[in-house]
Amino acid sequence: MSGKTLSEKIISEHCGREVRAGEVVIVNVDLSYVQDGTGPLTVRRMKEMGIEMAYNPKKTLFFLDHASPSPRMELSNDHELLRNFARKTGITLSDVGNGISHHNSLEKYACPGDIIVGADSHTCTNGALGAFGTGMGSTDVAAAIALGKTWMKVPETYLVEVNGKLPKGVYSKDIILHLIGTIGSNGATYKALEFTGDTITGLSTAGRSTIANMSVEAGAKAGLFSPDGQTRNFLKEMGREDVFRELKSDEDAVFEKKIQIDADDLEPLIACPHLVDNVKKIGEIGKVKVNEVFIGTSCNGRLEDLHIAASILKGKTINPDTRVIVTPASRRVYMEALKDGTIETFMEAGALVTASGCGACDGVHLGILGDGEVCLATQPRNFKGRMGDPDSFIYLGNPAVAAATALTGEISDPREVM
Amino acid sequence: MGKSWKFGDSISTDVIAPGRYFHLRSNLPELAKHVLEPARPEFASQVQSGDFVVAGDNFGLGSSREHAPLIIKISGIKAVLAKSFARIFYRNCINIGLPAINCNTDKIDEGDELELDMEKSVVRNKTKGTELEFPPLPPVMNRILQEGGLVAYIKMHKRMEI
Repeated sequence: MSGKTLSEKIISEHCGREVRAGEVVIVNVDLSYVQDGTGPLTVRRMKEMGIEMAYNPKKTLFFLDHASPSPRMELSNDHELLRNFARKTGITLSDVGNGISHHNSLEKYACPGDIIVGADSHTCTNGALGAFGTGMGSTDVAAAIALGKTWMKVPETYLVEVNGKLPKGVYSKDIILHLIGTIGSNGATYKALEFTGDTITGLSTAGRSTIANMSVEAGAKAGLFSPDGQTRNFLKEMGREDVFRELKSDEDAVFEKKIQIDADDLEPLIACPHLVDNVKKIGEIGKVKVNEVFIGTSCNGRLEDLHIAASILKGKTINPDTRVIVTPASRRVYMEALKDGTIETFMEAGALVTASGCGACDGVHLGILGDGEVCLATQPRNFKGRMGDPDSFIYLGNPAVAAATALTGEISDPREVM
Repeated sequence: MGKSWKFGDSISTDVIAPGRYFHLRSNLPELAKHVLEPARPEFASQVQSGDFVVAGDNFGLGSSREHAPLIIKISGIKAVLAKSFARIFYRNCINIGLPAINCNTDKIDEGDELELDMEKSVVRNKTKGTELEFPPLPPVMNRILQEGGLVAYIKMHKRMEI
């Protein structure tokens, strides 16, 4: 019998028997979470199920990150619903200002080899630590919170091997944009993506989290990295080295597909409106004036990303016709950026820095686009109407592209200012 | 029987349940007034109970918001037919008891009168006099759908079983 993929190993550990891709199984869930956009419905579903308690309250998390702090009374009421339910059940509440669910999860909760379900499609971000994180809807997560279990099909895996040195101005964002542009926004539907190769080995957990986060933009169920030295270093920095464990696919594991990417050949890439797979090289998009540059949120909102942008903005002033909004991924990232002067660099350049959270990406507040407006964002999605007016336009790029664009007011190649 | 409302490929949950109405998520009847608004602004006010949403590939990609299939259901839609669905959306449909049917929607035009027969796994196009077969749901999803969705399923079984 052949070996197992990382996904098959993790899922086997959680259902008490050896399973392979294609099987439908019930698994024990290590960590379940919701956010303020999906959580109120989860609470209502639990009430309808007649199970108003969490199977494991300490490993159940409610994050108030989408409307953080609330800009409307309806959302304030939703927050109160979540706070009250958490109080009653012992579920852990992460209140406004603490930042995005997935990044708090990486920092404090997720462990390599876990199964994590979240009522947020970007729960796959947890794959950066080698956890099988997957997004589900409110009712599925209600069941997981109530019962400590969920059902799933063991996914087939696409192995994505990235080798070579990333050129100047090119980052992990460009690896995942390249992949999505190549296989399409449904190119990996139902599949697990597993990333390997020497370029990946060289990426920090922050860099990996960008790739894991956007795996769902190719339709994937999970985007996984083998926990390694980088993972251990990250967990150590978070004071959680004890949860580190090694875990990897067997040499003879069966992968449905193998995809090779040569990092040396990559250039800064842009996902153009209105789909994430509409990917072009930055030199191919022509002159695109922007009204807003948005740096941060669940994708490229970690300290390393803010450093990339700040290094380009340092001592310079943003274009006067462009607003530049920075949203750190988590309270921890925000505080680190405060301490090391990164926030000061942004403020001096003329950018504004919001509380950590999902910010403008979810179209609720903190940078809503108007009719005909154009935004260059590091966020994971550019769907029509996502950030406000349905007749606005969202382009996605890496943090260096964002910073270069902030200076010129049009989508700009960072290699010219680095 | 109901009529077909045609949509293209890659209709995201941002198009089905736009983020600018995020504050209406705890008020689904109000949110439903904006269902699919960016794609077809007339849809919410003109859709009739029993109609069908008929789309191309990768319907429902993006966010996990279950409000997207919920407001399609609330608007009276009998089933969503598409060439393919995004994973989370598909699972959400079944969980809330909204049939999501994989079939070749090229054979359906806007306004065609359709009839869904879940038992025989067939969509009948009354306008064209044709039948479209579709693959049956995976057994676990079929059970959840037959029992009225995941809430009813868990109320009945009190545990996760397949």
